[in-house]
Amino acid sequence: MPFIELRNVSLRYDNGYLAVEGINLSIEEGEFVALVGPSGCGKSTLLRVISGLRPPSTGKATVRGQPVGGTPVSIGMAFQNPTLMPWRTVLQNILLPLEVSPKHKHHYRQNPKPYVEAARELMASVGLSGFENAHVWELSGGMQQRASLCRALIHQPEILMLDEPFSALDAFTREELWQAMQVLYLNRRPTVILVTHDLREAVYLSDTIYTMSSRPGRIAHMRKVGFARPRALELTYQDEFAHIVRELREQIGGMRSQITGLKGVGA
Amino acid sequence: MSLRKDTLVAALAVVGLFALWEASVRLFGIPPFVLPSPSQAVLSLVPVWGVVVGHAWQTLWTTLAGFGLAVATGVLLGAAVGTSRPLNLALYPLLVGFNSVPKAALVPVLVLWFGIGTVPAILTAFLISFFPIVVNVATGLAAVPPELREVLRVLGSSRLEAFTRVSIPFSMPYFFASLKVAITLAFVGAVISEIAASQKGIGYMMTSASSQFNVPLVFGGLLVIAAMGILLYAVFALLERRLVGWAYRNQSA
Repeated sequence: MPFIELRNVSLRYDNGYLAVEGINLSIEEGEFVALVGPSGCGKSTLLRVISGLRPPSTGKATVRGQPVGGTPVSIGMAFQNPTLMPWRTVLQNILLPLEVSPKHKHHYRQNPKPYVEAARELMASVGLSGFENAHVWELSGGMQQRASLCRALIHQPEILMLDEPFSALDAFTREELWQAMQVLYLNRRPTVILVTHDLREAVYLSDTIYTMSSRPGRIAHMRKVGFARPRALELTYQDEFAHIVRELREQIGGMRSQITGLKGVGA
Repeated sequence: MSLRKDTLVAALAVVGLFALWEASVRLFGIPPFVLPSPSQAVLSLVPVWGVVVGHAWQTLWTTLAGFGLAVATGVLLGAAVGTSRPLNLALYPLLVGFNSVPKAALVPVLVLWFGIGTVPAILTAFLISFFPIVVNVATGLAAVPPELREVLRVLGSSRLEAFTRVSIPFSMPYFFASLKVAITLAFVGAVISEIAASQKGIGYMMTSASSQFNVPLVFGGLLVIAAMGILLYAVFALLERRLVGWAYRNQSA
């Protein structure tokens, strides 16, 4: 039985807009999955369905065979915007999930020390040591995003949802964070679902890439990436890597030209 | 700029304005029953100092009582309007309509109901100052980025936990901003009511001075109100810095 399974899932918003349709997905435990596709193809919507934030209009979304939302599976989330809380220090931000997660909050309240220790280690692993008591605004965008990743991971979630977390960063910072993300993944092996429109990022980080078409969003292709981990950044300059990126690019390009072609007729 | 430098600039502006006023009155020989000089206004307070303090105290505590009511009501209504869409739709037009009514026009009604004196002053102060609190609290709560709440919801937090950890701290700067507006409005409300229907308070003192053509004392009363207003504004500005300084990092850093 797959860990996460979507069967024939569609989601229609209250205003009638059909965001995704006929989605079938199986994700294994510990798998790193990327969802790529043109903007507005419902990638983020799909994340919200899997995390239980939005129930699907039709079809079934299950985690370990149980409908999403009702399951006690723990989830961590990071967005394009770091969404840190400016009234808390960096360390307090990272510890926030422990204050509310039903699995941890009682232990954390009774004995916060090991958790704080774990948070410091997590911060060290992404190069944030020394910024524990800094305020959010004292951190650069890349550092805030590192803190956001730490917050998504502090409660040792089984599923990590990443909604374009690196897309607002400059190219160098982004590649640094890919490597940091890989280290975090290899340490804990959570199941990761990464939404991105950066194809190199998808190929570098994931085991499986799903390409989505838009309006309504559907799964168009599935591509396995077999590179052994840990993956060095040099991998991204090799032919085999470039070949996969190009293959994905062409698939998305094909979908886009269909859309723009239609628009061209109308204009 | 440092806090000390800021204070110095503010103090210089006040002193400058008073100097200009004093100089103009003397230079153009304006009679005191038209426009007294600030020194005449202040000196007029001295012989009746004990009485002035009593009236000032009356105005101060009625203002604070009305303001306290306004904070309690404003926070409750603001929370209702800011978190519930049906309540928002139902209450907002009523609140806007009510706020458009000049509060001076309500004083006679309040006097009819409660008699002249302290109660109408407290109620006028309350009625005039609760609206900005409602609007700001509602705006603050409605402006919480949905992603901040989603972060907590996927963690399995309760609604209450999400409210206390995200919505309340996020809307605090809005709340404090409204307090600074509301406290000065509360003074306006209390004094309006005292002028119309009271035998206590700075407002009453000014009407009675006016009826005796003691214009310097009228202006003395205005200065006392302004001083109390600035003082309370400063108290809330200081509280704001202390409690939600994170929202103003650019100015204080």
